[in-house]
Amino acid sequence: MKLKKVILVALAAMMVLGAAGCGSEQKSDAGAAKTAAVSGSITGSGSSALLPLVKDAAEKFKEKNKDVSISLNAGGSGTGLKQVSDGSVDMGNSDVPAETKLDKAKADKLQDHKVAVMTVAAIVNKDIGDKVKSVTRQQLQDIFTAKITNWKDVGGPDEPIVLVTRPKTSGTRALFKQYAINDAEEASNKSLETDNSGILVQSVAQNPGAIGYVALPYLVNDKSVVALSIDGVEPTLENTYSGKYSVWGYEHIYTSKEPKAAVKAFIDYILSDEYGKRIEELGYGIGSKMQTKEVH
Amino acid sequence: MNAIETAVLKAHRNEKAARFFITVCGIGMALVPFLIGGFLLIKGIDTFTLFGHSLGEFLFSGQWDPSDTAEGGGSVGAGIYISGSLVTCALALLITLPLSIATAIFMTEIAKPRTRRLIQPAIELFTGIPSVVYGWIGMTVLIPFLRLFFPMPFGFSVLAAGIVLAVMIFPTITTMAADAMNAVPKQWREASYGLGATRWETIAHVVLPAAKGGIFTGIILGLARALGEALAVAMVIGQMKEFPTSLFLPASTLTTAISADMGGAMEGGEYSAALWTMALLLFVLSFLFIFLIHQLNSATNLKGKA
Repeated sequence: MKLKKVILVALAAMMVLGAAGCGSEQKSDAGAAKTAAVSGSITGSGSSALLPLVKDAAEKFKEKNKDVSISLNAGGSGTGLKQVSDGSVDMGNSDVPAETKLDKAKADKLQDHKVAVMTVAAIVNKDIGDKVKSVTRQQLQDIFTAKITNWKDVGGPDEPIVLVTRPKTSGTRALFKQYAINDAEEASNKSLETDNSGILVQSVAQNPGAIGYVALPYLVNDKSVVALSIDGVEPTLENTYSGKYSVWGYEHIYTSKEPKAAVKAFIDYILSDEYGKRIEELGYGIGSKMQTKEVH
Repeated sequence: MNAIETAVLKAHRNEKAARFFITVCGIGMALVPFLIGGFLLIKGIDTFTLFGHSLGEFLFSGQWDPSDTAEGGGSVGAGIYISGSLVTCALALLITLPLSIATAIFMTEIAKPRTRRLIQPAIELFTGIPSVVYGWIGMTVLIPFLRLFFPMPFGFSVLAAGIVLAVMIFPTITTMAADAMNAVPKQWREASYGLGATRWETIAHVVLPAAKGGIFTGIILGLARALGEALAVAMVIGQMKEFPTSLFLPASTLTTAISADMGGAMEGGEYSAALWTMALLLFVLSFLFIFLIHQLNSATNLKGKA
């Protein structure tokens, strides 16, 4: 135990030193860039779950680099990956690794930047949230596959379960399917579907007995729904970092292998410690804080 | 060359230039729908050629599970969406048609000019409201209301979609019908009154038949809008992947299915190919609508002449 601690401390020290080293290098880079390169335009498209973060970062980045113009669009992970692959945008935002949406040759030409961690939480209407605080993974799977159709079977009131889900190609749904319900196929002929996470929250809030799932950023300022614990573990950033809560995935920004100077500066900015605080405020997790070794 | 000749020549040149410009614009714009159709055909045909599905499976099967990969191997039965689209459009038309015709009759035949001047802008105002607003209001006001009064589990339902669409196509049909009724010559009405017909008889047997063409055009335009509306419908129909078996249960339509998955689907994969095929089908359907109306129109015109 003690030995482990020593090793950990040593590792941490090395990382800090390494980071400091990198930092100074980057500083000189940025200094050089400030005089010449950080101007021009950056375009991006893709995941709607990641868009709020990239937009926020773009605003902050523009305050520092007045000559940069950044244009961002949603459209979905598939669209973002396709557009960055054929060169029509500089950044493709995606909830899923490029390999799942592009063929391998194309995916290999792209550079992956894991800018944040997205934690997905199951949410319920308040009438349920007052009585059911936690479900097991098996119960959650049975709920979303419509094997359990009444809340009384999981300790709730005698009320039918209303499933509210995302479309099959949604990145949030892919994460939820893989890590929350053991890869089971949702009963799409029994569930209401919404194209948009914001509307999903509203639907769950308005429908008694409703259950759905969204990424944590959508719950930051929202008290209209209740997030469920899975196997007693609350869906929080802390539990994600420690690996206790397993429904999460990396948010990716893909660029070409050698992006424009402005694009590189922008992505460095998002990955910087300074912006990292803001990432957490927005409800996303920071990749460098992940203590778990799980590969998502 | 004297001054008159130069002036004439110049006028001719201007004439030719204007004629050329207008011809190019006219033909160019008329080509656009065909170019779009061609593009949809190229994209949508993949479902059948590349992924080897049959047209029958696409149109009539309810098995919707395309794989989001370039290898394919899923199933692409869009029957759920096709029936969903047709049922919601028919329902919207059923709700809105009596209201539209009645309003048009009121505006042209019954209301005093001053009242009419008030009603007309009010109806035109309908068209200016964006569909997202209709959808949002539908979701926050209509859905809880329906849930209160009807035995429905969610509120999100075919009925809700039909009502929202009915409101959306109401101004189109009403204005087209009112314009057509206005165009009926005053003498016809007077002749009808002269023969001893009552006001109702005049409206039912003279004005309405004469305005049929315009009313049909309004119906087509309204149906086209209803068929193509994605956003507002998506917000109230619930998008359950199920056949529209009941007015009180959720369903899905072609447009909601396309807009839900188009962004996330992998380009060149079976899923996006199937979505393109659905877009192609929407195009073909609206083409069919317009063809049908032209047929009907020319038929009624002939009858009028005979």
